[in-house]
Amino acid sequence: MKRLLPWLIRLAPLLLVAVCAILLVFLLQQGLGSLSPTLLFGNVPPLQAILGKAPVWEGLWPACAGTFCLVLLTQALALLPGLGCGIYLAEYASPKKAATISLAMDILAGTPSIVMGLFGFTLIVCLRQSFLPNANTSLLLSAACLSLLVLPVIVSSCCEALRALPRDLRITALALGLKKRTVVTRILLPQASQGLAAGLILALARSAEDTAVIMLTGAVANAGLPAGLWDKFEALPFAIYYTAGEYQNAQDLTRGFGAALLLLLLSILLVLIAHVLERRYLRQRQGTHAAGCSR
Amino acid sequence: MPGSKLLTLPHDKDSEADLWIKAATVLAVLAVIALCAMIVVAALPALFSQTHTPFEWVWQPYHGHFGILPMCASSLLLALSALIIAFPWALGIVIWHLTEEEPALSWARKAFGLFIRLLTTVPTVVLSFAAVFLLTPLLRTAFGGTGMCLLGATLMVSLLILPTMVLVMESGLAQPLERLCPQGLALGLSRYQLLCHCLLPQSRTTLLQAAVLGFGRACGDTLLPLMLAGNAPRLPLHLTDSTRTLSAHMALVTANEVGGAAYNSLFAAGLFLLGTTLCVTLALRRLARAKSSGSTV
Repeated sequence: MKRLLPWLIRLAPLLLVAVCAILLVFLLQQGLGSLSPTLLFGNVPPLQAILGKAPVWEGLWPACAGTFCLVLLTQALALLPGLGCGIYLAEYASPKKAATISLAMDILAGTPSIVMGLFGFTLIVCLRQSFLPNANTSLLLSAACLSLLVLPVIVSSCCEALRALPRDLRITALALGLKKRTVVTRILLPQASQGLAAGLILALARSAEDTAVIMLTGAVANAGLPAGLWDKFEALPFAIYYTAGEYQNAQDLTRGFGAALLLLLLSILLVLIAHVLERRYLRQRQGTHAAGCSR
Repeated sequence: MPGSKLLTLPHDKDSEADLWIKAATVLAVLAVIALCAMIVVAALPALFSQTHTPFEWVWQPYHGHFGILPMCASSLLLALSALIIAFPWALGIVIWHLTEEEPALSWARKAFGLFIRLLTTVPTVVLSFAAVFLLTPLLRTAFGGTGMCLLGATLMVSLLILPTMVLVMESGLAQPLERLCPQGLALGLSRYQLLCHCLLPQSRTTLLQAAVLGFGRACGDTLLPLMLAGNAPRLPLHLTDSTRTLSAHMALVTANEVGGAAYNSLFAAGLFLLGTTLCVTLALRRLARAKSSGSTV
């Protein structure tokens, strides 16, 4: 029994690796062949498709463009509130205020994404019944809800990055007679930029992969390239979901596998970059990993 | 943070935050309050509706029955059964990862940490897509029917919550184990013995944290149950029954507009989901507090 035990315990991770390997191999086997310009653009010349001169019907380009716009817009909406809140939490908040803010962020982080989607949906229903009868689910609404989803990620990583900075830095800067706000914005923030970047990339990955929010707030299967803030749009995760239920032929299915592979690669790539940045940042700061910025 | 407290002078104009920082903080907190308030207010008409109460066991929108109780039950059932699979599995993985002493396998230990990190970020829609075309046909040949059933969703949800649980357990167990190691190893105990016989019996809070977090994640996930569980709106009595969770129900109702009362039940479902995850969040904070104020082992 004593001899056997280490091997029994090794079964647990082995099983996980095996399951993941099977899923990955299956995805690769089905989708790898389709990874080509045709997957993105169908039989439209790529340049014309990218410039929006020719509509793409049999490719993922509109979905990719939609996801791209969505992610950028989300980041733009979440950036200032996220960073500001993180800075306040790390540098200014009294213990009581910090407790309130971290409670709010914990609640937000724990809220399922479908509830965020429902929030957006309710918002539109209210607006339609009151003073904007033409309001409809749209790109902007999706981005707003997604920015709620990524807000806790940005706040906690910003706060952690600031707290990992050495104390000497603050003391020296204050002793030199700088105002606290100058110290924060001119010295601490630039010093923490790598940690901040890691958090922002993580938020990027999170908003690119989420499906439940955009399902309720305006993603559709056939919208073409995103036309404007107030229009419905296509997105990569929604295209994958839609393909699973509604595919017509083998070609559709192959495209679905291609899309799944694409999204998987994208999110793994983003998270790897964030991971490397974060590790490098924390190692530079001698791994002073402060507690208190709950995620 | 005692450090930053020390450096803040009381009532000093210079030590106040910039306006945009304050505004951002207020905005972020208000957004959370608005989210909760909106869901609650929207759900009120449904909760007190006399004609179309959501508190019944039948969902037949064309016959005026808008009960969401079967979905509540199946959400909880799915989360619990996923937890039953994922918890021992995660514990096994953590025990291995913390106690592997074979020098030849140290590379595997290091690689596994990154692997788990990456697993937490696999998009659920990709996971569901792979499972629809791989697991569902398997279940179909094994149990008959369509293959869309509680079992399939349970298996995939447990895979989804596994990495998070592993990370939580590890972050709670790794440091105490390292503290125990010098004395323990000198006494002739192995890392495995230290972890399983000395540390784990005292680490109930950490294990509970992992379980509660996993439960919350499992309750909130939408895509896996939506794509894998078959979506029949009834109480699953068997693992191979088709079922519909609250989250999947919400996605389905908004996708196929049925009408006013159906929307009402949607908000009731949202409220129930929000309430559940709120309880999970509060429980987690409580556990974290208990841990920081309790024993340091």
